[in-house]
Amino acid sequence: MRRAIQFRLNGASVEAQVAPHETLVEVLREEFGLFGARESCGQGLCGCCTVLVDGTAVSGCLYLAALAEGAHVQTVEGAAELDAVQEAFIERAAFQCGFCTPGFVLMTRQLLDEHPDPSEDEIRHYLSGNLCRCAAYPEIIEAVKLAARKRRQS
Amino acid sequence: MKRATQATETPQVGRSVPRLESWLKVTGRAEYVHNLRLPGMLYGKIFRSSVAHGRIKRIDVSAARALAGVHSVVTAAEVKTLVPEPYYGPAFHDQPVLAVDKVRYVGEPVAVVLASDPHVAEEAVHLISAEYEELPAVYDEVEAMTSKAIVHETLKPAGTFPDLKHLKGRSNTNVALDFRLRRGDAAKAMKGAERVFEHRFRTQQVMHTPLEPLVSVAESTDSSLTIHTASQSPSFVRIEIARLLGWPENRVRVRVPFLGGGFGAKLYIKLEALVAVLSLLVHRPVKVSLTMEEQFFTITKHASTFRIKSGVTRDGRIVARDCEVWWNGGAYADIGPRVTQKSGFTAPGPYDIQDVSIDSYALYTNLPPAGALRGFGIPQLVWAYESHTDMIARELGIDPVEFRRKNLLREGRPQATGTRMKDAALEKVLERTAALLEWEKPFDHGSGTVRRGRGLAIGFKACIANTTSLAAVSVNADGSCTVYTSCVDMGQGSDTAMAQIAAEVLRMPTESVTVVHSDTDVTPFDMATLGSRSLFHSGNAVKLAAEDAVRKLNELRAELKLAADTPIADVFRKKYGMRAGSVMGGGNFIPPYTPPDENGQTENATPFWMVGATGVELEVDTETGRVRITRLINVADVGTPINPRIVETQLSGGAIMQLGFTLFEKMLFDAEGQLRNASLAEYKIPGLLDLPAEIVNEAVVAEQRSGPFGAKGVGETATFGVSPAVANAIHDAIGVRLTELPLNPEAVFQAMHK
Repeated sequence: MRRAIQFRLNGASVEAQVAPHETLVEVLREEFGLFGARESCGQGLCGCCTVLVDGTAVSGCLYLAALAEGAHVQTVEGAAELDAVQEAFIERAAFQCGFCTPGFVLMTRQLLDEHPDPSEDEIRHYLSGNLCRCAAYPEIIEAVKLAARKRRQS
Repeated sequence: MKRATQATETPQVGRSVPRLESWLKVTGRAEYVHNLRLPGMLYGKIFRSSVAHGRIKRIDVSAARALAGVHSVVTAAEVKTLVPEPYYGPAFHDQPVLAVDKVRYVGEPVAVVLASDPHVAEEAVHLISAEYEELPAVYDEVEAMTSKAIVHETLKPAGTFPDLKHLKGRSNTNVALDFRLRRGDAAKAMKGAERVFEHRFRTQQVMHTPLEPLVSVAESTDSSLTIHTASQSPSFVRIEIARLLGWPENRVRVRVPFLGGGFGAKLYIKLEALVAVLSLLVHRPVKVSLTMEEQFFTITKHASTFRIKSGVTRDGRIVARDCEVWWNGGAYADIGPRVTQKSGFTAPGPYDIQDVSIDSYALYTNLPPAGALRGFGIPQLVWAYESHTDMIARELGIDPVEFRRKNLLREGRPQATGTRMKDAALEKVLERTAALLEWEKPFDHGSGTVRRGRGLAIGFKACIANTTSLAAVSVNADGSCTVYTSCVDMGQGSDTAMAQIAAEVLRMPTESVTVVHSDTDVTPFDMATLGSRSLFHSGNAVKLAAEDAVRKLNELRAELKLAADTPIADVFRKKYGMRAGSVMGGGNFIPPYTPPDENGQTENATPFWMVGATGVELEVDTETGRVRITRLINVADVGTPINPRIVETQLSGGAIMQLGFTLFEKMLFDAEGQLRNASLAEYKIPGLLDLPAEIVNEAVVAEQRSGPFGAKGVGETATFGVSPAVANAIHDAIGVRLTELPLNPEAVFQAMHK
């Protein structure tokens, strides 16, 4: 039932034995010890399981691992150093329990790749698929704005 | 990460230190039980009741057992071989590890499948079948008072709380507590009042929805047990598991890393007894992780009904208040009876009323159990009494702020229990809210199909008593410091606050302090992280422990004839001739408390009062009933903030969460007690698009003199006033009064066209 797939994970070439029903978030967890993408609602509605596949954010709890064959999968653990988005989230206190934070960080990176200087309305809409039960939303909006400034300056 | 360990004169308290675990959280590396995997671990998946009330006639697990990959299937029969009386709970020993003989709500755990592969366990769950002899069920809290459907045959109070003892052995009742308070003679005063107002309010059942769903892991030998659990109350878990097993406490170890949210969902026993028993039965580590859906069948917030009646003089002075509150506790008491009493006694609101009568009832029903949710019952009460307050003011033609001013409890005046208000900045909080709303200025109510309104509400809470916190502080040979506390950081920032308190006493940078996460083998007893008690109680314990450590360091300096300002590292080097040793300080904090008499009267009901008010400006679309909050103002007395930035995030976070409970969240049940919206697809929680356009947070200048450096709890304060402030503003906008939550477009629209 299991078969080997090859893909790139945070820049490195990797191989994993996956079953047809296994999701990307399960494989990251069980095969690679990566816990930043985490299943919460299990329906692709909360954004906690967000990972990037070939640069596009997907819900890792719904995305079948087998589909990642040949793709580049990026998780929040990918970078060696904090980027502008992570720095901004710390400086603006944009998280509380931290469970949803990796998803917000990855979505914010994608937002800023597409819209380097987003309006508040764009931020709200772009990140509306990510939920934060601690409701650090005002701080998240501030962090996104700060991250955009940091990116433009560097 | 490099951290300084030299002394500092910079104040550590009052600094907005970024959370100490910031790096871990933004890189996805923070430790949660969610992540934990142990060698040889089995996953448990739960088979749940499909009827609301029934006798279990038969459970057929044969097909599940036969499925390839299934390790075992466990029902109450197996549980009882290990624990003959498998019932737990903080107030009542009423909740079985798995259903015994009867089921009492749809979704109650009946059996568990264990397998190495969680998908196999889940598949096997679908192969289990059960037959029930259905019994009459009761769902409404008021009907439960007199219903013939009885949820529990006999009441089994835990014995922990003296005011529950009289309920022991009672049968033929759903009343799990009948709290009563009498001050003066409310009935007589009511007769003498010039105007009498009576209203009835309801709140709906909602769920905490922590994004890390409830999860516990147990590993065991025959003589020891370790439970890794997403729990707000590790000390309670240890005590209760030890009691169930008949073991000494020191053979049960409870470890808690970070929590992915708590809000009261992760208190007392949730999955811990189940995983403990499973692990002991199968001699393997066992993990049970709930899905989001299953959380809805585990713990919720009380639905409630509140009848409130006030006698008022013509010039707007409240002279009598009569409160009757019914709390829908669901099938198991959890902490409901404490909610009923501890919040019940503030039901008349923060007003100076001579004659008061309160009856507050905890009811069993055939719904998922209810417990504490960010406010311990207070938001339900404030919803009613602050809607009522506005209705009276408007009826009398008195400005709502002026009416509140006239009746507000002033410092030093006795509250309904007789306890005098102390360090409760009610006036300041009310005045600042009115000022931020620019209440004195004319307000544009709009025209056409979109109407605008504004409203405010103020609430208060007595922090729970009688509770204890212990802490220890170790000063290490290099001058760094380690804090040991069983306070749990579920996102509220307690690690950082505790570190700041220790650092302030030890005059070192907060960044050189590390906080050890709860581990009952290591960290001392702490009642629980709940009800905004921890900053005050654990914070005081950490402060005492740090002071003890400083005293011991100074004794060491004196013994070694060193100057008072000798750096810590030098003290140890002199003492031991090398870098070695440590100094351990201990702190034990329990504030004074006097239990109430039979009329609910006491001179000392609480260690501190929390005060929160909300101001709201909103728009109502009269064509759709949709409410849009344009401005949300949260004002609170939090004493003197330890970390102002974190305080602000707690205020706005609490208020936004309560906005969800106010505007749309609602668990929908059908006539058979089946929950219809147990998923985030159908049960919506606030997202970025629900965020008010403008949010203002303010902690008034205040001091809690008995708190650590003047501080007190803040986690719940901003939730108090949100719901009635919104309802009051809706009334201001369109002249329609809503008395039942949530205030969704359907409810607003229907009320407009009634």
